Amino acid sequence: MLMLAVIDGKHPGCDDYYFGRREFSFTLENDVYLRYKSFKSASALEHAIKSCFPYKIDIGAVYSVDPDKRHAYSQTGTNVFTPVERELVFDIDITDYDDVRYCCSGADVCSKCWPLMTVAIKVIHTSLKEDFGFKHILWVFSGRRGVHCWVCDPKARRMTNEQRSAVAEYFRVYKGNENNARKVALMSYSLHPFLARSYVDFLKGFFEGELQENQSIFSTKDKYDKILEMMSDEDIQSELREKWEKSANRSSLSEEAISLVRWEQLKNTLQSKKHKAPTLRMCVEEIVFTFTYPRIDLEVSKQMNHLLKAPFCVHPKTGRVCVPIDPNNCDEFDPLAVPTLSQLIEEINSGGSKMDVDDDDDDDDTSLLGKSIKFFRSSFLEPLLKSCKEEIENSYKTKIGKSKDSFSW
Amino acid sequence: MEVIRSQKRTASNDVVSNPKIPLYLTAPQMEVRLEEFELFAIDRLRVLKGVSDGLARGKNPKEMDEVVNTLWKENMRHSDASEMVNKDIISHFVLRLVYCRSDELKKWFLSMETALFRHRFRLQNLEAQRAIVGEFGLPYKAVTGAELESLKERLGQVVRSLGQISPSVEAVYYKVPFEEVPDLVAGRRVLIQKGYAFVAGSQLVSLVVTQFRSHISKALILTNRKWTTTIREREKDRLTPIVEALSTTYLGPDYSQSSEYADISLKDIDQVSKSSFPLCMRHLFEKLREDHHLKHGGRMQLGLFLKGVGLKLDDALAFWRAEFSKKVGSERFDKEYAYGIRHNYGKEGKRTDYTPYACQKIISSAPGAGDHHGCPYRHFSEDNLRAALGRMGLSSRGMEDVMDKVRNKHYQLACTLTFEAVYGTSCDAGINHPNQYFEESQKILKSKTPAAPV
Repeated sequence: MLMLAVIDGKHPGCDDYYFGRREFSFTLENDVYLRYKSFKSASALEHAIKSCFPYKIDIGAVYSVDPDKRHAYSQTGTNVFTPVERELVFDIDITDYDDVRYCCSGADVCSKCWPLMTVAIKVIHTSLKEDFGFKHILWVFSGRRGVHCWVCDPKARRMTNEQRSAVAEYFRVYKGNENNARKVALMSYSLHPFLARSYVDFLKGFFEGELQENQSIFSTKDKYDKILEMMSDEDIQSELREKWEKSANRSSLSEEAISLVRWEQLKNTLQSKKHKAPTLRMCVEEIVFTFTYPRIDLEVSKQMNHLLKAPFCVHPKTGRVCVPIDPNNCDEFDPLAVPTLSQLIEEINSGGSKMDVDDDDDDDDTSLLGKSIKFFRSSFLEPLLKSCKEEIENSYKTKIGKSKDSFSW
Repeated sequence: MEVIRSQKRTASNDVVSNPKIPLYLTAPQMEVRLEEFELFAIDRLRVLKGVSDGLARGKNPKEMDEVVNTLWKENMRHSDASEMVNKDIISHFVLRLVYCRSDELKKWFLSMETALFRHRFRLQNLEAQRAIVGEFGLPYKAVTGAELESLKERLGQVVRSLGQISPSVEAVYYKVPFEEVPDLVAGRRVLIQKGYAFVAGSQLVSLVVTQFRSHISKALILTNRKWTTTIREREKDRLTPIVEALSTTYLGPDYSQSSEYADISLKDIDQVSKSSFPLCMRHLFEKLREDHHLKHGGRMQLGLFLKGVGLKLDDALAFWRAEFSKKVGSERFDKEYAYGIRHNYGKEGKRTDYTPYACQKIISSAPGAGDHHGCPYRHFSEDNLRAALGRMGLSSRGMEDVMDKVRNKHYQLACTLTFEAVYGTSCDAGINHPNQYFEESQKILKSKTPAAPV
């Protein structure tokens, strides 16, 4: 119910007809799934939400005609029912990192593995801005164990499936599953500038610092065997394996310290031996990438008709609100401190802070979601609305200009 | 284009375009003899089919250049240069009529014509290529001076990241919106900055191919409209029968309807999986039995294969349910997975009866964490592949032959060799569809079983 104020603004309703063509989907109790819902206005949407009580609301694409009227239009000819605009979206889920996190698995998440999401945000966000030139990027907590990204620039919304696929592939480094041991293959003499920047600015530091602290990836045999298998040279593998087996019981160092020492040993060994084979040239980088580089769900990004959970929704299983994450301060985000539905209900019932959603000047707003809403408005919504207005004005001017031209001959 | 019956073509209106590869931007203003209408189309179709075969066999770009060169010479040559160009143009437009008529036909035609164009372009020299780029009227400017200097280092990094040791940054780069070169972006083969890709002269192919593809795609939609509204009816006694015959001859079977060799029931399925499934499906099947679960890609690949093999919807539902309920419970199965299976059989949604995936599609898929679909010859590590082949009963000699094909990226040939080793017979056609593997295997096994005594 809170997000209604948000939805109204999120879809620049400059064109009434535009909002009506946006697909929504509701998941009701008993897992009844309703697709192709569309509404003429924000209040119609509000009304539907209040009467159906969906516990999950997804947002889809803007289609050529109102989704709920799609059957009225024939499938051939000029009035085909097809997506026309859709934000460029990304979905990163921490379960895709289960093979490299040792603290949790599956749906669980904790302060030791969440930093994987933080570094993913940094890498992708920087690239979206610097490489692709996108300006209106919203990062949202998925409510349980991941993050979503919504790129809302007009040119992003108009991308074809092929172009979306290209961007997703550009971001893809990790390839494979349990059937192959070496999932990151960075052959050749240098990293692409995007990967190089990600490595130098974010990944290397994260790997040697926070990741080692939290996961100690070389501390036990099971853990380091996995890494040794990534190296294609058997001699190097056995050399290191022997060394580490010998030192296993003798050391009085902490897990974390052992792990760091072994990492240094591995790097030194590889440094001297890297000329042995092309596959060893970038082995150190490959290991770092395997553990830290973002793993996006490609299928979510590739197609315009893919639906994604709406920001500010409540996650049905955790009760947490899907709040935005500030990419410039994502280190401070704590998924376990996000307000839950029950906390919000309590807040409302106790008549606490006014939660006046329209009052932006309230710096003393201590309501649970006040900060999130404020951030959403000022950092994302307002600039987006401004740029949409500019675009409309520009295209209007061009139209006027063109019609003027046609009179001259 | 006017189709006539006269013997001679009137010379004056023939269009001979300057670039070596016509762009097929507009239908030519010329007269075409009725016999040529069909013959030219058939020759071009041989070329397109050859391209399709080459791609299915996993040939690399250089090999494909050769394939196209040979195919073109064999089928489209003419002693008179202008006649050759005319044949090129006429055959393309005739095939547009043939292949605009359904989504599947359009997709095939678009892929093959684009591939054909790409390799013909690559075979041209730099000057001819620049001329063709010019023909498209693309507004991209070359990057020079200070801007080029500031990018030089990173451009060098890109070149080295593509495998060349010396940073030979090219002389000419074009600044192009990244949307125009999706395949270069996808492969990280260009530097991208603030929404612009810096495309090297030698990468121009990508640029023009995207333009070409986009143009043909739009053209096919228009052609389809014209066909359905006027041409088909108007030409029903002359061109329509020719057009309709041309498309069916050249597409391989799609296995959406199971044949006499493919009709299995649930009780046979385990045994049949060991005796007749190709490696990719065997692996999925085993993993399903082991984990009582498969992710989406695996469910699609195996599920559609089983449909092609003759598993009826009810049996399929029972089969998947029996496995999945061991992991997620039958209630969750009914809620979350049954719909998908019915969808595959064309009983839900827009009710398309989906066809089982061919090898080309499976090879080009991208299995990720937790997935088991894809082509084992491509996606497995060498060790895992050897183990799997060992379980299929291959000798070490047989295995070496197969691994040799794999190393050279001839995944379908590897599968064919496996087939030949397992069944002790040769398979000249080559495997290009898992259901084909199944049917061929069943044929052999059934012919070996003696008839039951009366």
